[in-house]
Amino acid sequence: MNDKASRTGKIYITIVFLLLYIPIVYLILYSFSKGTTMTNFQGFSLKHYGELFNDKRMLAIFLNTILIALLSSVCSTIIGTMGALAVHNAKRRHERETLLSLNSILLVSPDVIIGASFLIFFTALKLPLGFWSVLLSHIAFEIPIVLLLVLPRLDEMSPSMTNAAMDLGASPAQTLSKIILPYIQPGIIAGFFMAITYSLDDFAVTFFVTGNGFTTLSVEIYSRARQGISLEINALAGIMFIFSLILVGVYYWIETRNTATTGKKSIVEVGDR
Amino acid sequence: MKRNYRGLFFTPYVLWLAMFVIAPVALIIYYSFFNIHHHFTFANYQEFFSSGTYLTMTANSVLYAFLITLFAILISYPMALVISKLKHRDLWILLVILPTWINLLLKAYAFIGLLSHDGLVNDLFQFFGIPAQHMLFTDASFILVAAYIQIPFMILPIYNSLTDISDSYIRASRDLGATKWQTLTKVIIPMTMPGIKSGIQIVFIPSLSLFMLSRLIGGNKVITLGTAVEEHFLTTMNWGMGSTIGVVLIISMVIVMLLTNTKRKRRRTS
Repeated sequence: MNDKASRTGKIYITIVFLLLYIPIVYLILYSFSKGTTMTNFQGFSLKHYGELFNDKRMLAIFLNTILIALLSSVCSTIIGTMGALAVHNAKRRHERETLLSLNSILLVSPDVIIGASFLIFFTALKLPLGFWSVLLSHIAFEIPIVLLLVLPRLDEMSPSMTNAAMDLGASPAQTLSKIILPYIQPGIIAGFFMAITYSLDDFAVTFFVTGNGFTTLSVEIYSRARQGISLEINALAGIMFIFSLILVGVYYWIETRNTATTGKKSIVEVGDR
Repeated sequence: MKRNYRGLFFTPYVLWLAMFVIAPVALIIYYSFFNIHHHFTFANYQEFFSSGTYLTMTANSVLYAFLITLFAILISYPMALVISKLKHRDLWILLVILPTWINLLLKAYAFIGLLSHDGLVNDLFQFFGIPAQHMLFTDASFILVAAYIQIPFMILPIYNSLTDISDSYIRASRDLGATKWQTLTKVIIPMTMPGIKSGIQIVFIPSLSLFMLSRLIGGNKVITLGTAVEEHFLTTMNWGMGSTIGVVLIISMVIVMLLTNTKRKRRRTS
């Protein structure tokens, strides 16, 4: 649509952008306040950041969260990539569609349902709630998104590449490790980062399966926020904001590199033909 | 081709499907037929469909989710329309996506400050001569915050379907004498229906179950299906009743999916 945006349109989106960002700016601004409430800014100070860094409990929770995010992302990337290969190699169309719709169940279900059903599941298995139940849940709900990010790369890969490898005498294992995996690698990396953000963002599922001893940042923020305002949370918000900026940056860097390499690859393919 | 290796990829993934997709759903349906003393019974469903509290709660949470979705569409559609016409639209849409990467609880927490009695919103009200209001812990604040959180998720699919429209359609409608308004209502909006529908799907279903928002922002006044599930599972430990409400949630999810899915499938094959 070539149409230029009208002046009213521009004013409108400026207002909506302001509304989208005011809460975030407000939140981070007060992390620098000397006071103790999120009203009446009382001069610049870094004391809430100091409190945050000296809070041993918070540090442990932070490390837990990162550990869960990294471990679950590695596992879900491996299983999700295998799933993508399984879906890609499905012989019948019907088989592929069944797998894909089962795959999307966890993506569309409300978080409470995922949380509640996992809670029943772990209790039925007599698995104690804590680190392992949270880790398994995170792996479980990250797998479908990894699959959805890897599958398009597999589908766009020309079958002639694997056929050529086979004809030249590569074993299936060699074809996988030398041809397929390098080709789909950008999708795998994108899936890995998406899985990390899913894990860091999750509250509801973790809240259900976490039990008493183990906590992640989201759950901690919830229980503190229920008790009222503490500017330490604002300081935490400031740090998490920078963290998510870095993640967004890395993710988009990968994405643009992906499209750049896809462009190059397609030129190569055209040349081959 | 690689028959022997297929099983190798298949096993972990199918195992995951069986353990974490099929088994949990089966278990939640199974549990919904048990009462608090672990006896098989239909009483949970009887209670759900005969008690006034559960029925009003269901009606309320559908109404809340409907209002949240409606507000999100009303704000997002013009937003997506204007952004799709901007010069650096990729950059602007990135700015829409950015807030979704910030933890939902932090955003909710920001509103506890913004809407509090001495918060920014009330300061603004007083500036215009309106007396300070108690906004926190009301239904209106819950809907406002939920809509705030969902707006980016609504803008994205609408924006994508807008950028898919080829210029030639717009020009054709102009050339044939349609006014700007007619082009919008007869060409652009019908052509972006798939985007609106997937937006509804993405926003409506989670809005039925935002228990953390109703707890933090709605106080204990706003009780949705999600809040009830959380309460039955984690507070009163009546898992049977919680599962029954969960099954109702799953069914409403399926209904929403069916209502919003028909068109998209047909489009993909064309």
